Amino acid sequence: MTKEIRRIITEYGRLSVDITALPVDADLYQAGMTSHASIDVMLALEDHFDVEFPDGMLTRSAFESITAIEAALLKLRAEAAVR
Amino acid sequence: MAMRVGIDLVSVDAVRQSIDEHGERYLKRIYTDSELDDCRLEDGFCAERLAARFAAKEATLKVLRPQDEAVPWRMMKIVRHGAGWLELELSGRAAALAADAGLSGFALSISHEPGFASAVVVAEVDLRNAPGRPMMDP
Repeated sequence: MTKEIRRIITEYGRLSVDITALPVDADLYQAGMTSHASIDVMLALEDHFDVEFPDGMLTRSAFESITAIEAALLKLRAEAAVR
Repeated sequence: MAMRVGIDLVSVDAVRQSIDEHGERYLKRIYTDSELDDCRLEDGFCAERLAARFAAKEATLKVLRPQDEAVPWRMMKIVRHGAGWLELELSGRAAALAADAGLSGFALSISHEPGFASAVVVAEVDLRNAPGRPMMDP
Protein backbone atom coordinates (compact mmCIF):
# COMPACT_ATOMS: atom_id res chain seq x y z
CA MET A 1 0.00 0.00 0.00
CA THR A 2 2.87 2.37 0.83
CA LYS A 3 4.28 1.96 -2.67
CA GLU A 4 0.93 2.79 -4.28
CA ILE A 5 0.42 5.82 -2.03
CA ARG A 6 3.89 7.03 -2.92
CA ARG A 7 3.13 6.65 -6.63
CA ILE A 8 -0.12 8.61 -6.31
CA ILE A 9 1.62 11.40 -4.38
CA THR A 10 4.32 11.49 -7.06
CA GLU A 11 1.66 11.90 -9.73
CA TYR A 12 -0.72 14.30 -7.98
CA GLY A 13 1.03 15.84 -4.99
CA ARG A 14 3.14 18.38 -6.93
CA LEU A 15 5.90 18.14 -4.38
CA SER A 16 8.93 20.34 -4.66
CA VAL A 17 11.22 17.49 -3.61
CA ASP A 18 11.92 13.94 -4.79
CA ILE A 19 9.34 11.78 -3.06
CA THR A 20 11.41 8.61 -3.38
CA ALA A 21 13.80 10.14 -0.87
CA LEU A 22 11.07 11.13 1.59
CA PRO A 23 10.57 9.06 4.76
CA VAL A 24 7.06 7.74 5.26
CA ASP A 25 6.51 10.10 8.16
CA ALA A 26 7.82 13.22 6.39
CA ASP A 27 5.43 16.18 6.33
CA LEU A 28 4.08 16.37 2.78
CA TYR A 29 2.94 19.99 3.22
CA GLN A 30 6.47 20.94 4.25
CA ALA A 31 7.63 19.11 1.13
CA GLY A 32 5.55 21.44 -1.03
CA MET A 33 2.11 19.83 -1.30
CA THR A 34 -0.55 22.54 -1.45
CA SER A 35 -4.07 22.22 -0.08
CA HIS A 36 -5.34 22.05 -3.64
CA ALA A 37 -2.88 19.28 -4.55
CA SER A 38 -4.04 17.33 -1.49
CA ILE A 39 -7.51 17.23 -3.06
CA ASP A 40 -6.08 15.66 -6.20
CA VAL A 41 -4.23 13.15 -4.04
CA MET A 42 -7.45 12.38 -2.15
CA LEU A 43 -9.48 11.87 -5.33
CA ALA A 44 -6.78 9.70 -6.87
CA LEU A 45 -6.59 7.61 -3.68
CA GLU A 46 -10.37 7.15 -3.80
CA ASP A 47 -10.15 5.98 -7.41
CA HIS A 48 -7.29 3.60 -6.79
CA PHE A 49 -8.41 2.07 -3.49
CA ASP A 50 -12.15 2.23 -4.21
CA VAL A 51 -12.98 4.15 -1.06
CA GLU A 52 -14.55 7.50 -0.28
CA PHE A 53 -13.16 9.89 2.30
CA PRO A 54 -16.12 11.25 4.29
CA ASP A 55 -16.15 14.98 5.05
CA GLY A 56 -15.23 14.29 8.66
CA MET A 57 -11.92 12.73 7.62
CA LEU A 58 -10.82 15.61 5.43
CA THR A 59 -8.44 17.10 7.93
CA ARG A 60 -5.00 18.46 7.23
CA SER A 61 -3.41 15.77 9.39
CA ALA A 62 -5.07 12.92 7.45
CA PHE A 63 -2.95 13.79 4.39
CA GLU A 64 0.18 15.14 6.00
CA SER A 65 2.37 12.06 5.52
CA ILE A 66 2.42 8.68 3.79
CA THR A 67 1.93 7.06 7.19
CA ALA A 68 -1.11 9.21 7.93
CA ILE A 69 -2.65 8.48 4.52
CA GLU A 70 -2.09 4.76 4.98
CA ALA A 71 -3.75 4.88 8.40
CA ALA A 72 -6.74 6.73 6.96
CA LEU A 73 -7.11 4.22 4.14
CA LEU A 74 -6.88 1.27 6.52
CA LYS A 75 -9.55 2.87 8.71
CA LEU A 76 -11.84 3.34 5.71
CA ARG A 77 -11.33 -0.25 4.61
CA ALA A 78 -12.02 -1.54 8.12
CA GLU A 79 -15.22 0.51 8.32
CA ALA A 80 -16.31 -0.76 4.90
CA ALA A 81 -15.65 -4.37 5.98
CA VAL A 82 -18.06 -4.21 8.93
CA ARG A 83 -20.88 -2.68 6.86
CA MET B 1 -12.03 45.65 17.69
CA ALA B 2 -9.59 42.92 16.69
CA MET B 3 -9.41 41.56 13.16
CA ARG B 4 -8.38 38.31 11.55
CA VAL B 5 -7.13 38.09 7.96
CA GLY B 6 -6.49 35.18 5.61
CA ILE B 7 -4.91 35.14 2.16
CA ASP B 8 -4.37 32.41 -0.41
CA LEU B 9 -2.92 31.97 -3.87
CA VAL B 10 -3.93 29.16 -6.24
CA SER B 11 -2.50 28.01 -9.54
CA VAL B 12 -5.12 28.20 -12.28
CA ASP B 13 -3.40 25.35 -14.12
CA ALA B 14 -3.76 23.15 -11.04
CA VAL B 15 -7.51 23.74 -11.05
CA ARG B 16 -7.70 23.13 -14.79
CA GLN B 17 -5.83 19.84 -14.39
CA SER B 18 -8.11 18.78 -11.52
CA ILE B 19 -11.13 19.34 -13.74
CA ASP B 20 -9.49 17.36 -16.55
CA GLU B 21 -8.43 14.52 -14.24
CA HIS B 22 -11.38 14.23 -11.88
CA GLY B 23 -14.21 16.13 -13.58
CA GLU B 24 -17.51 16.22 -11.72
CA ARG B 25 -16.09 14.49 -8.64
CA TYR B 26 -13.67 17.36 -8.13
CA LEU B 27 -16.22 20.05 -8.92
CA LYS B 28 -19.02 18.67 -6.74
CA ARG B 29 -16.70 17.99 -3.81
CA ILE B 30 -15.36 21.52 -3.60
CA TYR B 31 -17.85 23.97 -5.06
CA THR B 32 -21.54 24.60 -4.41
CA ASP B 33 -24.05 24.49 -7.24
CA SER B 34 -24.34 28.28 -7.29
CA GLU B 35 -20.55 28.68 -7.39
CA LEU B 36 -20.43 26.32 -10.35
CA ASP B 37 -23.18 28.30 -12.06
CA ASP B 38 -21.16 31.50 -11.54
CA CYS B 39 -18.13 29.88 -13.18
CA ARG B 40 -19.89 28.08 -16.01
CA LEU B 41 -18.98 28.82 -19.61
CA GLU B 42 -20.69 27.63 -22.76
CA ASP B 43 -18.10 24.87 -23.16
CA GLY B 44 -17.15 24.07 -19.56
CA PHE B 45 -15.95 26.05 -16.57
CA CYS B 46 -13.76 29.11 -16.14
CA ALA B 47 -10.71 27.75 -14.28
CA GLU B 48 -9.64 31.26 -13.21
CA ARG B 49 -12.95 31.91 -11.44
CA LEU B 50 -12.93 28.48 -9.81
CA ALA B 51 -9.34 28.98 -8.65
CA ALA B 52 -10.31 32.33 -7.12
CA ARG B 53 -13.17 30.67 -5.25
CA PHE B 54 -10.90 27.92 -4.00
CA ALA B 55 -8.44 30.58 -2.83
CA ALA B 56 -11.32 32.30 -1.02
CA LYS B 57 -12.23 29.05 0.78
CA GLU B 58 -8.61 28.53 1.85
CA ALA B 59 -8.32 32.15 2.96
CA THR B 60 -11.49 31.63 5.00
CA LEU B 61 -9.95 28.60 6.70
CA LYS B 62 -7.00 30.78 7.69
CA VAL B 63 -9.46 33.13 9.36
CA LEU B 64 -11.45 30.33 11.02
CA ARG B 65 -8.29 28.56 12.28
CA PRO B 66 -9.93 25.15 12.67
CA GLN B 67 -6.89 23.42 14.23
CA ASP B 68 -7.23 19.89 12.85
CA GLU B 69 -10.97 19.88 12.39
CA ALA B 70 -12.58 18.98 9.07
CA VAL B 71 -14.40 21.88 7.45
CA PRO B 72 -16.01 20.80 4.16
CA TRP B 73 -15.27 23.27 1.39
CA ARG B 74 -18.93 23.54 0.41
CA MET B 75 -19.71 25.00 3.84
CA MET B 76 -17.78 28.11 2.78
CA LYS B 77 -19.84 29.48 -0.07
CA ILE B 78 -18.81 32.42 -2.25
CA VAL B 79 -21.91 34.28 -3.37
CA ARG B 80 -21.78 36.59 -6.38
CA HIS B 81 -24.15 39.52 -6.37
CA GLY B 82 -25.66 40.92 -9.53
CA ALA B 83 -23.42 43.97 -9.60
CA GLY B 84 -20.33 41.75 -9.41
CA TRP B 85 -19.12 41.87 -5.82
CA LEU B 86 -18.72 38.74 -3.72
CA GLU B 87 -19.76 37.78 -0.24
CA LEU B 88 -19.01 34.84 1.98
CA GLU B 89 -21.77 32.62 3.33
CA LEU B 90 -20.82 30.12 6.03
CA SER B 91 -22.85 27.10 7.07
CA GLY B 92 -22.49 23.98 9.20
CA ARG B 93 -19.11 23.52 10.85
CA ALA B 94 -17.68 26.67 9.24
CA ALA B 95 -20.44 28.81 10.74
CA ALA B 96 -20.02 27.11 14.12
CA LEU B 97 -16.28 27.80 14.15
CA ALA B 98 -16.93 31.45 13.30
CA ALA B 99 -19.47 31.71 16.12
CA ASP B 100 -17.17 29.97 18.61
CA ALA B 101 -14.38 32.42 17.80
CA GLY B 102 -16.70 35.46 17.91
CA LEU B 103 -16.12 36.19 14.21
CA SER B 104 -18.48 38.40 12.23
CA GLY B 105 -18.44 40.98 9.47
CA PHE B 106 -16.65 38.74 6.99
CA ALA B 107 -15.43 40.53 3.87
CA LEU B 108 -13.88 38.98 0.79
CA SER B 109 -11.95 40.10 -2.26
CA ILE B 110 -10.59 37.98 -5.09
CA SER B 111 -8.42 38.55 -8.11
CA HIS B 112 -7.26 36.40 -10.98
CA GLU B 113 -5.01 36.41 -13.98
CA PRO B 114 -4.38 33.57 -16.45
CA GLY B 115 -1.75 31.96 -14.18
CA PHE B 116 -2.87 32.55 -10.62
CA ALA B 117 -5.90 33.49 -8.56
CA SER B 118 -5.83 35.00 -5.10
CA ALA B 119 -8.26 35.88 -2.35
CA VAL B 120 -8.24 37.82 0.88
CA VAL B 121 -10.78 37.34 3.68
CA VAL B 122 -11.08 39.52 6.78
CA ALA B 123 -13.38 39.25 9.77
CA GLU B 124 -13.99 41.17 12.94
CA VAL B 125 -13.31 39.38 16.22
CA ASP B 126 -15.57 40.24 19.09
CA LEU B 127 -14.68 38.04 22.03
CA ARG B 128 -17.75 39.28 23.91
CA ASN B 129 -19.90 37.43 21.34
CA ALA B 130 -18.00 34.19 21.59
CA PRO B 131 -19.91 31.54 23.55
CA GLY B 132 -17.87 29.99 26.32
CA ARG B 133 -15.48 32.92 26.51
CA PRO B 134 -14.97 34.76 29.78
CA MET B 135 -16.93 38.00 30.04
CA MET B 136 -14.86 41.09 29.34
CA ASP B 137 -15.10 44.39 31.10
CA PRO B 138 -16.98 47.02 29.09
